[in-house]
Amino acid sequence: MTDLVPAPIDAKAMGTALPRVDGVEKVTGSAAYAVEHPVPRPLACWLVQSTIARGRVVSVDRSAALAHPGVLSVVDHTDAPRLAETDNGELAILQDDRIGFRGQIVALVLAESSEAAREGARLVRVEQQEEPAEAELREDNATYRPEKVNPSMETDTETGDVDTALAGADVVLEQTYRTPYEHNNPLEPHATTAWWGEEDGRDRLTLYDSSQGVHGVATALAPMLGMEKEQVRVMAPYVGGGFGSKGEAHAHVMAAALAARTTGGRPVRLAVTRQQMFALTGYRTATISKFRLGADRDGRLAAIEHGVLEQTSRLREFAEQTASSTRMMYAAPNRRTSHRLAVLDVAVPSWMRAPGEMPGMYAHEVAMDELAEACGLDPVELRRRNEPDLDPEKGLPFDRRGLLECLDRGAARFGWAGRPREPRSTRDGEWWVGTGAASATYPAMRQPGNVARIESLPDARYAVSIGSVDIGTGARTALTQIAADALSVGPDAIDLHLGDTALPPASVAGGSSGTSSWGSAIVAAAQQFRTEHGHRPAPGLRTEAGAERGDEAERFSFHSFGAVFAEVRVHRDTGELRVPRLLGVYSVGRVVNPMTARSQLVGGLVMGMSAALFEESVRDPRFGHVVTQDLATYHIAAHADVTGVEAEWLDESTTTFTPMGSRGIGEIGIVGTAAAVANAAYHATGIRVRDLPLTADAYVG
Amino acid sequence: MKELAYVRASDPAQAVATVADDPDARFLGGGTNLVDHLKLGITTPGTLVDISHLPLDGFEETADGLTIGANVRNSDLAADRRVRAGWPVVSRALLAGASGQIRNQATTGGNLLQRTRCVYFQDPTTPCNKREPGSGCSAAGGYGRYNAILGASPACVTVHPSDLAVALAAVDAAVLVLGPGGRRRIPAAELHRLPGDDAEHDTVLGHGDLITAVELPASALARRSTYVKVRDRASFAFALVSVAVALDLAEDGTVTDVRVVWGGVAHKPWRAERAEDALRGRPLTEAAVRAAADAELASAAPSSDAGYKVPMVRNATALAFRRLVPALAEEDR
Repeated sequence: MTDLVPAPIDAKAMGTALPRVDGVEKVTGSAAYAVEHPVPRPLACWLVQSTIARGRVVSVDRSAALAHPGVLSVVDHTDAPRLAETDNGELAILQDDRIGFRGQIVALVLAESSEAAREGARLVRVEQQEEPAEAELREDNATYRPEKVNPSMETDTETGDVDTALAGADVVLEQTYRTPYEHNNPLEPHATTAWWGEEDGRDRLTLYDSSQGVHGVATALAPMLGMEKEQVRVMAPYVGGGFGSKGEAHAHVMAAALAARTTGGRPVRLAVTRQQMFALTGYRTATISKFRLGADRDGRLAAIEHGVLEQTSRLREFAEQTASSTRMMYAAPNRRTSHRLAVLDVAVPSWMRAPGEMPGMYAHEVAMDELAEACGLDPVELRRRNEPDLDPEKGLPFDRRGLLECLDRGAARFGWAGRPREPRSTRDGEWWVGTGAASATYPAMRQPGNVARIESLPDARYAVSIGSVDIGTGARTALTQIAADALSVGPDAIDLHLGDTALPPASVAGGSSGTSSWGSAIVAAAQQFRTEHGHRPAPGLRTEAGAERGDEAERFSFHSFGAVFAEVRVHRDTGELRVPRLLGVYSVGRVVNPMTARSQLVGGLVMGMSAALFEESVRDPRFGHVVTQDLATYHIAAHADVTGVEAEWLDESTTTFTPMGSRGIGEIGIVGTAAAVANAAYHATGIRVRDLPLTADAYVG
Repeated sequence: MKELAYVRASDPAQAVATVADDPDARFLGGGTNLVDHLKLGITTPGTLVDISHLPLDGFEETADGLTIGANVRNSDLAADRRVRAGWPVVSRALLAGASGQIRNQATTGGNLLQRTRCVYFQDPTTPCNKREPGSGCSAAGGYGRYNAILGASPACVTVHPSDLAVALAAVDAAVLVLGPGGRRRIPAAELHRLPGDDAEHDTVLGHGDLITAVELPASALARRSTYVKVRDRASFAFALVSVAVALDLAEDGTVTDVRVVWGGVAHKPWRAERAEDALRGRPLTEAAVRAAADAELASAAPSSDAGYKVPMVRNATALAFRRLVPALAEEDR
């Protein structure tokens, strides 16, 4: 295998709206998801969860469960297979009697049917000894300073003298913004099929898992199970969404692996319920952002301070990088950011679409709207006046900073000109009408460790393989287009294989890095294949290669940008909010497939609007768990709420970053969107709501 | 879920007898609520008596109005031309509820007997007097945004979720019941009850009582009726508050008769009789409507989380009247 810096490729298939290559399988139902694969004599596994937030398991009475027809066994901490490593407190389940959050897995029930397993789980009697727990994020929690924030960023940053600059500023804005707990809620609940066997005299664990990264699951599980990574095979041919919650293995994957260890080789199917997802498969921490902005009368920022308070779990640290985008977004000589975490007896938070940028930019972009008003400036103009020459954090030039172009094009498309400056100045019948704008940004990321394989097939076809996952984004289609252009063939000459650790290693479908990371490896492998085997290869020739980075990251800062415009209507009697128009304009590098890209950007906008108006996981601190634990009480946008959402992008290409010219599109749509909606709601009503979600309660009067 | 017996009823009388004889038996209609409860372990009946196929699915025109079979699907009831013309509040309330798929499955009788969506009732791991009498009320002092503002008790602070029930109370509908003791007729406004110290029972029905039909009496009131539902999203959400208004107006603008019923505020559809009394016999104005609502709300006792419902239901009531009487003079607020 070789690693090389791939050369830029010409776009022929790229840029065309190739329909999804797996569309027929999906709409006809023949695409098999994690617990739908036919396996011999499967057993169903059901989870038994703690009902206290902190304490210990005193005893587990299995008798009633075992007496239930169809139930085969119950596994708890006294007899679960022992793990070789237990550092990962989220995955190290059933190893001791400790309970770290309400909803933690405390036993497993195995049965011949899922109905019997579920009833068996209901019949298991767990005696628990409760200890005082803290499950509420407040402004006065005890906090600590984590060493790094996700994924490995500085916890705090400071440039210049913020306090002196604020003291001398003409205009000072000091406000607190809050975002609630949110749950990812992909359409397909998390699910795993697991079985153990032997190969070459060694144990072998095989999983079908609904995952955003099969290699990552194998890497996480293998050492805990005392195995080499090669002994764990993970497959995820189709995945029904993840939004980050399937980016890492959660406890149920280990539960399936441990359960299957006890069945003498029979496969185990474990399907997490929607309710269980609210305890076990990750979520976005609530955030409290304290902003201080200091500016001169013309709106030029002298100081930006963003202090973040959020939470982690006692079992495992996750530090959301909420202030990360504040570090690079606008010019100001004096800047300070910080993250502090409260350690709570709660489930482990994790990635949710644009972790960090989504809550952080919500706060920053509402603060900018408030500053614009305080300075008597148009909100778009305020952003123009604070455009930096260099990345304020890195001191490097942006390879492409398309923010102002996005703002200008969006303003023209949206009809921003002539917007009344005063809030609460437009009424249409029963509705107050307002408009709002916000900026968006997301870092361009390429992950290391990606390798692609090219194999020549008969009839001038090529098999292209990489162990990445298409979680519904259209990656399988986009990678087909990239492979076609890299090999200078048509997309119909490509057989793309992914979703299997038997294929070369690939990074997670996360951080908007998939296309950039996997695509670069495919281009590198294709170019190496041509070097080795020429343009008319005999069938059966193979090349594996990965893509090395050049020195571009030392020369440039790579970010995508966007501008979001929203119209909000607030009913003057009931306070109900509606968003009839939402427009996002983006600078994201080359768009590989306009059809699937539009889905990603529109989907991000919808999710951002949903976060603005609806989404809130309510944790009851008396119990410690989220009580809005189904889709009837955790509201996401319904069809009737999504009436006029549009996304478009600038025609551009960034071949300094990837040989395709792309920079990633999966997350930027959710960034800034909630702020645009909140700013529009203020413009409609004159009522400034700083805590998400914006609900009728706050506007009725 | 717990294994259970399934009985396909042969006729309503046999269904009633089967359930009445077995404390662990339950009727199964459209199943849109009960099946969820079986999966969640909220209820664990030993026997389900399926009545969904029984021929209680007709519309019968009578001298007084229209009689709706209990098995008529919500979508069919909402779409019926006679209902839309004679009892528009009923059609509007149904269409404001659930989703198209659920309305196709849910029945008229079942809609009235759906249980609260209080998050603590729905979660068998938390105390709830309605699910487990004597265990306590978690919603009081917990997540209270949907809680009642009228008629609550220490035992239960939740609200009834049905939109249809609110509409039926506004048009003087009646519920026909076949029970172990025979047939009886219950005014729709008296079907549901306040919790008092018995949160377990949502209605006045006893075990084995089967709703067989709903009577819609024709009236000038019912013909001029509407439904306003306030909710967090544009569809597929339970009411924060809702208002059913039926109005009979004299030519000079005086209120001949009126019904005002509120949803989302109490353990039952809340017939705002004080508000009705304040309006009846007087000229209808925006100010009069607001004053009438305030008279009814004088006894409201919301928790802090639900305090917004007081202005919201007042405003929604005014909105409902404006929808019925577009010429209603609007005064500055």
